[in-house]
Amino acid sequence: MKDALHIGGKALSSRLFIGTGKYSRNTLIPEVVEASGSEVITVALRRVDPSSREENVLNHIPPHMTLLPNTSGARTAEEAVRIARLARAAGMGNWVKIEVINDQRYLLPDNLETIRATEILAAEGFVVLPYMSPDLSAALRLRDAGAAAVMPLGAPIGSNRGLRTKELIGILIEETGLPIIVDAGIGRPSEAAEAMEMGAAAVLLNTAIATARDPLGMAEAFRGAVAAGRQAYLAGLGAVRQEAEASSPLTGFLSV
Amino acid sequence: MSFYESLMTLERLPFKELWKGYGAEDVRRALAKEKLDEEDLLALLSPAAGPHLEEMAQKAQRITRSHFGHVVQLFTPMYVADYCVNHCTYCSFSSIYDFPRKKLTLEEVEKEAAAIASTGLRHILLLTGESRRDSPVGYVKDCVKVLRKYFSSISIEVNPLSAEEYQELAHAGVDGLTLFQEVYDRETYAKLHVKGPKRNFRARLDAPERGCQAGFRSVNIGALLGLHDWRQEAFMAAMHARYLQDRYPSCEISLSPPRFRPYLGSFNPESDVTDRALVQIILAYRLFLPRSGITLSTREPAEFRDRLVHLGVTKMSAGVSTEVGGHTGDGGTPQFEISDSRSVPEIRDMLYRSGLQPVFKDWDILAESSIR
Repeated sequence: MKDALHIGGKALSSRLFIGTGKYSRNTLIPEVVEASGSEVITVALRRVDPSSREENVLNHIPPHMTLLPNTSGARTAEEAVRIARLARAAGMGNWVKIEVINDQRYLLPDNLETIRATEILAAEGFVVLPYMSPDLSAALRLRDAGAAAVMPLGAPIGSNRGLRTKELIGILIEETGLPIIVDAGIGRPSEAAEAMEMGAAAVLLNTAIATARDPLGMAEAFRGAVAAGRQAYLAGLGAVRQEAEASSPLTGFLSV
Repeated sequence: MSFYESLMTLERLPFKELWKGYGAEDVRRALAKEKLDEEDLLALLSPAAGPHLEEMAQKAQRITRSHFGHVVQLFTPMYVADYCVNHCTYCSFSSIYDFPRKKLTLEEVEKEAAAIASTGLRHILLLTGESRRDSPVGYVKDCVKVLRKYFSSISIEVNPLSAEEYQELAHAGVDGLTLFQEVYDRETYAKLHVKGPKRNFRARLDAPERGCQAGFRSVNIGALLGLHDWRQEAFMAAMHARYLQDRYPSCEISLSPPRFRPYLGSFNPESDVTDRALVQIILAYRLFLPRSGITLSTREPAEFRDRLVHLGVTKMSAGVSTEVGGHTGDGGTPQFEISDSRSVPEIRDMLYRSGLQPVFKDWDILAESSIR
């Protein structure tokens, strides 16, 4: 597997992570999985009802997918820890996306509580992927606490506003040494490509696909965009210059 | 400081003139904005917004889908007691009516819970009549203990309690509070609440805030539309919701827009809330509070509910009985007549047909003793 993304002992060939919320029916999920080529899927534990055969979202997730249960709904580190433990006890594996949100209006994450939860869960052997506001100090603390990757937001959840935090995400990519997975805010395939061109390790999307007129078409579009952005990053983007640079230099004769 | 102080300022607004003062331009300006203020809310509730319902609906739907996706959370109310010490002129449970009152034993609560849970629902709203004597906090707590075996989220709709009592219930596993102010206009409130502790306007108005302070995850408020000028009541309820949102950002504040329904008595409401008016209210709520839950009850007829699910609604009741023990026993006297008597599978199928996904479970009780 060339250019695999290694997280928590797994090698992933797709750098597009997807979600399970907001769909008009859960039966769309396997089709979206296939169209997107994704190998990691996040599930809100609060939505999982193992006792319900029909409405249990887990029944719609193809077995080859890596489950990334998230702690959506947690307001404190303690709640996030409890949700993560419940998810593991329910057989959902040891990956967890920490979401601690105290702001119901913009759904912005609480970095301090997120760090606390990460410390506890990483020590318990979880593969912890914390969702965070892109802040370097917080990202470094998350790294030191044992996060396997960090997931900064591009813009508030569900907003489809794109990479509003681009500069800060760029700093995290340069400075943390961790895989950076851009999560939330990406609304267009071009924005996903942009994140990948910058050197993001992956992107996580839900709203952009789930609320598209044609979710399968959109999943496919994101698959292509993420792959193209990654390829461009690996190929090395040309330098950006203020002035034009002639392709036939006028002083080329001097080097002869 | 509580919403009471804000309300005293807001109620001095010259509503009658205000409603006449807004024009199409004000409505368009509000529609163009991302974050709406008090003036915008007034414009959207004014008669000037009447011809713009379609534009409002388009934007409301976009906002709702972006924030909530295609999902609608289902729940059902469960009436456990209908004893009431108040005399409210618009409610069948009023103490003046002479009918055999009921209060479920814990065994009956369990039977009722099992019947409801067998439909797949995991969110329950526990209701009692308003009587501290007959359905005290201890009784509610005992019921919650039983309900926890069957449900992953428990909300309550009971008489207003103290912050400490709410806290006690939150620790027992209650995560949501529903409490309707009924009427925000103080004069009308005094007229309609003839006798009993419910006459204390302020004790009721401040109760949702006490719920936020006590740590409930969600608080649902609203005005019973039809008891006073609906534009003014909807405005006050939305302002109350925003007040709570501003001060308690970790609590999910939802709004319900219940309309007055026939009941045991003969009181007729002063304000006729037409279908158009209700649509305008729901749309104004959504545009003013983009991330708030909006709850739609079975007070509305089935065909109308099927239309409203596209306009901003995020929570619906299903398989409803407003009688104590109505899911298993003979039932009692309904609190009011429901209009949509469809079962849970029928509501589920309707949502799927509408391109929406019913969500039966959207939380896990995390109160201390609930770790399973």
